[in-house]
Amino acid sequence: MGARLLIERPGLFSTLQDEGRFGYQRFGISASGAMDPLALALANALVGNPRGMAGIELTLLGLSATIEGGPVRLALAGADMALAINGRPAEGWRAHVLEPGDRIEIGTARTGMRAFLALAGGFAIAPTLGSLSTHSRSAIGGFEGRALRAGDLLPLNGAPAGPLLALAPEHRPVGNGPIRVVMGPQDDHFTDEAISTFLSSEYRVSDKADRMGAQLDGPVLAHRDGFNIVSDGIVNGSIQVPGHGRPVVLLADRQTTGGYPKIATVIGPDLWRLGQARPGEALRFAAVSADEAEASARAQEACLLAMLAAMGEPSGPAELSSERLLAHNLVDGVTSALDPDDA
Amino acid sequence: MPDAADAPEAPRLLDAGEAGLVVEFGDAIDEAVNRRVIALADALEARGLDGVRELVPTYRSLLVMFDPLVLGKARLRDEIAALWPLGEARAEEAAPCGVWRVPVLYGGAHGVDLDEVARRHGLSTDEVIALHAGATYRVYMIGFAPGFAYLGGLPEAIHTSRRSDPRLKTPPRSISIGGRQAAVAPPLEIPSGWHLLGQTPVRSYDPARTARPFLFAAGDALRFEPVSGGEYEALCRAAEAGEIVAEREGA
Repeated sequence: MGARLLIERPGLFSTLQDEGRFGYQRFGISASGAMDPLALALANALVGNPRGMAGIELTLLGLSATIEGGPVRLALAGADMALAINGRPAEGWRAHVLEPGDRIEIGTARTGMRAFLALAGGFAIAPTLGSLSTHSRSAIGGFEGRALRAGDLLPLNGAPAGPLLALAPEHRPVGNGPIRVVMGPQDDHFTDEAISTFLSSEYRVSDKADRMGAQLDGPVLAHRDGFNIVSDGIVNGSIQVPGHGRPVVLLADRQTTGGYPKIATVIGPDLWRLGQARPGEALRFAAVSADEAEASARAQEACLLAMLAAMGEPSGPAELSSERLLAHNLVDGVTSALDPDDA
Repeated sequence: MPDAADAPEAPRLLDAGEAGLVVEFGDAIDEAVNRRVIALADALEARGLDGVRELVPTYRSLLVMFDPLVLGKARLRDEIAALWPLGEARAEEAAPCGVWRVPVLYGGAHGVDLDEVARRHGLSTDEVIALHAGATYRVYMIGFAPGFAYLGGLPEAIHTSRRSDPRLKTPPRSISIGGRQAAVAPPLEIPSGWHLLGQTPVRSYDPARTARPFLFAAGDALRFEPVSGGEYEALCRAAEAGEIVAEREGA
């Protein structure tokens, strides 16, 4: 038997997630996947994993677990959750080595909503339909198709020793400014007033927020004529507006098709910010063109590569070129995406 | 050559962010529209473009999800503009490629709403079964839950508006009707406001059936076949052993 992770306290809602399950939405299977793919990619990189490998997504409150059977290299990234190893405070955003019998405890998030625990080599669990992502509502993927429970014993592949990488605070993702959206595909189902209200008002994430989607509190949006459409497909970030007029941002575990008009779509590069938004958090939206959104996706990819390159051994800060530092600002929000120099 | 008046209208292309494009052929439930959607999905699939992640054909539109770092939207729009007219011919000539025969145990604990549906329409339960099992259905799309098949073709005499109080859990493999639609549910307990007429041994979704986890696809045709309790139990055992207990005739 190789290394294993024995879950002692499961946290609020801890699931295995990778980049998602692609190719099956036409058969009614939700894509799922990490609610903050940037944090998953960075956690994986810290332990030398491929960027899309499954990690444990923790929601608001982390887990406690003991290592069994062999040494494990792990890292925590994303929301700022207190990490302790054998009762001693330990840093997030860097790799640690744990020996059999060692215990990790992950506390409540001080900021953000979701953190990712990556384990070098990943899990020795067979994927379902090509992915380890858990979709708890249809009991697919991850560990027995469900959130982790106390007593679960997760088998690990284990990985040969590797460098203990760290990502310095100044290189970590920062999100500010409005959440960028591309209008449509059914913005023509809303009054002009509803569209200007949507783009000029403050909304708050309600307590009806989970991996499937987040209902927003704020001014209601009026439909032009009725709120029923013949069901069509839904992407990650679709903002649908049911009869009550409150926008709902559909996220990783969204249903594959739906019958309410969708006023706009959160752009891919800003989706991670919805995954980190806590109930009560204020949001604003700004419209960009699909071309601007595409340019922004390229800019974020460049930024992520720069973050990966900025990882170094914790003993000393990584050298950074001014070029990389400039690239890091690209993740910051709306201003950079509208800057023509980004493309 | 068809007259210009007969020539199909070009679909509308609508943005769903930078990684999604909706190709909308219409806004209603219509078999001709659905044929065009499926023909374009088939043509795009055959084209095999790098960067296409998902094709989601629905009643009236095709959602294309793609990786914008690999396939830009401008290029995708061009590809679709070149492909959809070719799909039109296929949509015209598309014949049903075989009809699934789906066994159903009607009524009782297996279809708790059968009596109510009969009462609403002033029919006997046998008449409802004969109408439901006498029609040929088209799979318009798969959605809502894994393998859940939305069917068109329900005889008008048993069109039944949805329940005012949806159930949070319905039995797995339920055969139900809602409005003018019918459905085959997967082997999962799902919420539903539709009327439950029966239950089938057929697993429209089975992740353990690696060769064919999903039985039905948009564009398929199917018919329901009443079976006795004994046949149902035997077929359930066969299905649990991994057999596909629906037959496809004329394929």
